[in-house]
Amino acid sequence: MKVLVAVKRVVDYNVKVRPKSDGTGVDLNNVKMAINPFCEIAIEEAVRLKEKGVVTEIVAVSIGAKVCQEQIRTALALGADRGILVETDVEVQPLAIAKLLKAVVDKEEPKMVILGKQAIDGDNNQTGQMLAALTGMSQGTFASEVVVEGDTVTVTREVDSGSQVVKLNLPAVVTTDLRLNEPRYASLPNIMKAKKKPLDTMTPEDLGVDVTPRVTTLKVEPPAERQAGIKVADVAELVDKLKNEAKVI
Amino acid sequence: MSILILAEHDNASIKGATLNTVAAAKAIGGDITVLVAGEACGAAAEAAAKIEGVSKVLVADNAAYGHQLAENVSLLVAELGKDYAYILAPATTNGKNTLPRAAALLDVAQISEIISVESADTFKRPIYAGNVIATVQSSDAIKVITVRTTAFDAVAAEGGSASVEAVASAHDAGNSSYVREEVAKSDRPELTAASIVVSGGRGMQNGDNFAMLYSLADKLGAAVGASRAAVDAGFVPNDMQVGQTGKIVAPGLYIAVGISGAIQHLAGMKDSKVIVAINKDEDAPIFQVADYGLVADLFDAVPELDSSL
Ligand SMILES: Cc1cc2nc3c(=O)[nH]c(=O)nc-3n(C[C@H](O)[C@H](O)[C@H](O)COP(=O)(O)OP(=O)(O)OC[C@H]3O[C@@H](n4cnc5c(N)ncnc54)[C@H](O)[C@@H]3O)c2cc1C
Ligand SMILES: Cc1cc2nc3c(=O)[nH]c(=O)nc-3n(C[C@H](O)[C@H](O)[C@H](O)COP(=O)(O)OP(=O)(O)OC[C@H]3O[C@@H](n4cnc5c(N)ncnc54)[C@H](O)[C@@H]3O)c2cc1C
Repeated sequence: MKVLVAVKRVVDYNVKVRPKSDGTGVDLNNVKMAINPFCEIAIEEAVRLKEKGVVTEIVAVSIGAKVCQEQIRTALALGADRGILVETDVEVQPLAIAKLLKAVVDKEEPKMVILGKQAIDGDNNQTGQMLAALTGMSQGTFASEVVVEGDTVTVTREVDSGSQVVKLNLPAVVTTDLRLNEPRYASLPNIMKAKKKPLDTMTPEDLGVDVTPRVTTLKVEPPAERQAGIKVADVAELVDKLKNEAKVI
Repeated sequence: MSILILAEHDNASIKGATLNTVAAAKAIGGDITVLVAGEACGAAAEAAAKIEGVSKVLVADNAAYGHQLAENVSLLVAELGKDYAYILAPATTNGKNTLPRAAALLDVAQISEIISVESADTFKRPIYAGNVIATVQSSDAIKVITVRTTAFDAVAAEGGSASVEAVASAHDAGNSSYVREEVAKSDRPELTAASIVVSGGRGMQNGDNFAMLYSLADKLGAAVGASRAAVDAGFVPNDMQVGQTGKIVAPGLYIAVGISGAIQHLAGMKDSKVIVAINKDEDAPIFQVADYGLVADLFDAVPELDSSL
């Protein structure tokens, strides 16, 4: 079966970003960019399913500016077979991303779409669920285990109370949680090979999708700074402070 | 203005997260309806009717909603929700699973995890693991919103007297089914609702050593949490993870033991009122947010703290 994987280009998770001083946006000048960690897990899962013989083809899709090709190439180096870039310079919001992905799904007809549960920049945690709604697919969000059997996939989900197992008819949308797998590193030969794999480019207009934002960011600001407190000398002083100064125990 | 809230419940009772969501709805202002979608959920609906500030409770009691599968509940929310100006749910795993699906069915955006209401269409929400706070304005006719529960003080669970109305429509998408659930059983308070949280990190070395934290927590009436490193290493189950991609907590007292203070962890606990860090590395970043830092070996400090309480 064919699998579509959505990969997003985001600021590397090690970078501590700051708002610009005029509050119009986040300072992304010369900041290291990478594949969203949850999307890396999504690719890895697709590759493992291919290694098990369940999946025959993996298509990696990214939406954004031309530079997103870098993240698609990484996905190809990790084992995806071909890439699709939906090129746009507009900041596309989750509903529009989901509509674009639906248009790609309509063309490619994958049996499963794997996305990250959340992008570590927008922290929206929406896109997979929206795509599932638009395509009418079932959804297995926050997955920590994915088992495909015939026309169904059984997904173990990480939920607030512990874990939940659901059985979904294919085609299905799966969004990855952190413990689904540990992504591999791309080897040098595979990085070289990835350069020759096919990568198609299209635009939102080609796909007939209106990406006009529904939500406007008016300003961004740093969170209230927490003042570092004091170091206590020993446990006795700690207990005294908690009882008599902070009055929390 | 009318507001529909998708209740967090377990058929028998209403979860605390619903009370925080009602508080956010009150901050928006308007007539508040709570939807209880479940199976044999009459008790939860009755409890919802008592919540302060709620004027109506809709009960959709049907086998299709028994395990609150997103495929089915989102169809119900989209059907009922088109008559409302706002649709809210707490940013729990349930709310996060269902609400974006309902938003897409209504062809509107979702605003995730708001932490404040600035006006009828403008809200604040954290992005980049809480390192940036964005003020966002929605232009959609129906505003679909998830609420970060720690940012809104719960309304009273008692005192209201809403009317209760049954909803007949049963939506069964027929493409998913519930298999089983593994619920972590604990006599300790729920992590996101506890007034004190004791969390352990990789410094705990193994799962058995968490017994020290359980003992301390029981003396304090606290819940126990963990860093991702501790969860990944298998010391404790995933539902204990605090952070950007785990649970967000904001207790009166947070005690971080053997946790370095990575930004992804801080994102989940830095709004706690008082933070205590116990770490043997005096340069650990956790000390930059701690009100009281103790540079010590946790294997000495934790038992000593336990015995001095
Ligand atoms: C400071 C700031 C200001 C912004 N202002 C605006 C604005 O004014 N207008 C505007 O339209 N947008 C704006 N955005 C962008 C927007 O808020 C989100 O970043 C974007 O909508 C995607 O949300 P997400 O990635 O958090 O979605 P999530 O739902 O968290 O993403 C989940 C998964 O969906 C998939 N996915 C998401 N995006 C893509 C993609 N591009 N390509 C491929 N797969 C993807 C991935 O698999 C990902 O893991 C702004 C962002 C920031 C940080
Ligand atoms: C996409 C993404 C999402 C993430 N989400 C989360 C999240 O939600 N929550 C989260 O927690 N992390 C998250 N992380 C991981 C995060 O980046 C850190 O790796 C993690 O928080 C580190 O856990 P730790 O502090 O327990 O371990 P470490 O960083 O290894 O720190 C262990 C600390 O214990 C101290 N220590 C060791 N032994 C002792 C002793 N005997 N006595 C006292 N102190 C001792 C050490 O000095 C050290 O400071 C995420 C990462 C990514 C990439």
